[in-house]
Amino acid sequence: MNFYAIRAIYKFEMSRTWRTLLQSIASPVLSTSLYFIVFGTAIGSRMQSINGIDYGAFIIPGLVMLTLLTQSLSNASFGIYFPRFSGTIFEVLSAPVSYVEILLGYVGAAASKSVLVGLLILITAQLFVDYEIQHPVWMFAFLVLTAVTFSLFGFIIGIWADSFEKLQLIPMMVITPLAFLGGSFYSIDMLPPVWQTVTLFNPVVYLISGFRWSFFGIADVNVGLSLGMIALFLVLCIIGVAWIFKTGYRLKD
Amino acid sequence: MQPIISIQNLSKTYEGGFQALKNIDLDINKGEIFALLGPNGAGKTTLISIICGIVNLSEGRVIAAGHDIVKDFRAARKTIGLVPQELSTDAFESVWNTVSFSRGLFGKPRDDRHIEKVLKDLSLWDKRNSAIKGLSGGMKRRVLIAKALSHEPEILFLDEPTAGVDVELRRDMWKMVRELRNKGVTIILTTHYIEEAEEMADRIGVISKGKIILVDDKHALMQKLGQKQLTIHLKHELPAIPEDMSQYPLTLSADGLCLIYTFDTQRDESGVADILRKLNEHGIDFKDLHSSQSSLEDIFVSLVHGA
Ligand SMILES: Nc1ncnc2c1ncn2[C@@H]1O[C@H](COP(=O)(O)OP(=O)(O)O)[C@@H](O)[C@H]1O
Ligand SMILES: [Mg+2]
Repeated sequence: MNFYAIRAIYKFEMSRTWRTLLQSIASPVLSTSLYFIVFGTAIGSRMQSINGIDYGAFIIPGLVMLTLLTQSLSNASFGIYFPRFSGTIFEVLSAPVSYVEILLGYVGAAASKSVLVGLLILITAQLFVDYEIQHPVWMFAFLVLTAVTFSLFGFIIGIWADSFEKLQLIPMMVITPLAFLGGSFYSIDMLPPVWQTVTLFNPVVYLISGFRWSFFGIADVNVGLSLGMIALFLVLCIIGVAWIFKTGYRLKD
Repeated sequence: MQPIISIQNLSKTYEGGFQALKNIDLDINKGEIFALLGPNGAGKTTLISIICGIVNLSEGRVIAAGHDIVKDFRAARKTIGLVPQELSTDAFESVWNTVSFSRGLFGKPRDDRHIEKVLKDLSLWDKRNSAIKGLSGGMKRRVLIAKALSHEPEILFLDEPTAGVDVELRRDMWKMVRELRNKGVTIILTTHYIEEAEEMADRIGVISKGKIILVDDKHALMQKLGQKQLTIHLKHELPAIPEDMSQYPLTLSADGLCLIYTFDTQRDESGVADILRKLNEHGIDFKDLHSSQSSLEDIFVSLVHGA
């Protein structure tokens, strides 16, 4: 293992985060806080509680998940797309590093950053809404697993994209709608029966449901199933990345 | 002695089907400065990129510092530093950070003293905290060199190092290259400027259309292929070349004051002595002799066009 290389990539990526602190951390925390104020405090006070949970508290796990997904995708996709775009990728390709080490550096940094944002949102939420986390260890596990999985997915997008438009395409056209429809703002059994079934094809449902369980002990789908789905998605992303590295797809001529 | 780089039957076909390298065999000796000379599109960058791991090879193999560059890429790449042709640098990072990053990336523990020395040698010390995007093109080139030297490579590739570079940097660079060679670093540079190869290299390989046409010691190369011209400045005007000297490739200048003799340095007998004796016999006095050797440029042009 080339630990120095992993550390160098990780540090380098994180230094981009600190340099652009406002944009990379403050901005997602702030915009998510706006949801708490609007939906949690203003509208939420007029909503019924869901399964005995205040609406303001109910939406917290979903909102954190939403931000976690989009942040992981954009951090990781940008992190690898930019050196490809600027040409500096040559150095990483010519370095004595294996693909695993490249991944640990880039994906590790992207995931750390979104976990950090997620935790900051949770802390900020305390200012507006009263909530408790029943299973903090599981909560953290879901947070990290999701961040890693979607950072890997972002890495794939960053390799596949050959323009800035494509880089934005999947996060905007696929992930954001899925996340909004994945039960961030409602419980699945509030939907008409047909849509309850359709929704089960949305992978984000499992993420949000499992994450919400770690907060309140209630879930739309079985927690084991949620974990299984994240694991499945993680494995799919690892296969995708392994294929990219094996073939040199869009990395090496 | 075992070569530090051994390229064996290397071919590269790009995805579109274009064959950029054709069965290249080439050995680079430890500690030499080797110039890869060839016109644009000859395959110089492709060859370097394969050795450094940026481009996949299609056929053949390469051994660098005793390690196969594919099977044992980690050990091979540790020994190699690359200064690429394109000025691809980070934008917002500081010079210090980007150079330190390179050292870590190549698996070396932090060593601020070494980085400091590299930056000072390249006159980058004053700029160490500046963001790279604010630097001039020449300064960016220096940053790329610093990055390549940050991990103390045994082998250094310089891909068209002086393209678009000012005189000062060119001079600094050659000084640095010689110092590195003195420390035992092997240097491979590509260029399409012949003067550069002529000035710097110990050995020269000529590449054209993906093939190595010729590899030789610089002096041997010039000797082998060079033509020499001997110009004899006469004391008095000569109306015509004497008849019994007509077997020599001699030309008389229009004013009749210069005799020009062209000969191949490859031949053992240059014939110069004969000519001078004959001139003496004819009572033709001369005041000066002047000989010039064809430059690599001439050699190169004749090779590439002959190939
Ligand atoms: N990625 C690529 N895909 C297809 N052809 C390429 C690629 N890179 C280079 N070539 C072609 O390979 C040939 C050699 O290019 P290169 O190695 O850059 O030459 P040089 O460095 O000697 O100027 C050129 O004809 C170039 O067009
Ligand atoms: Mg080139």
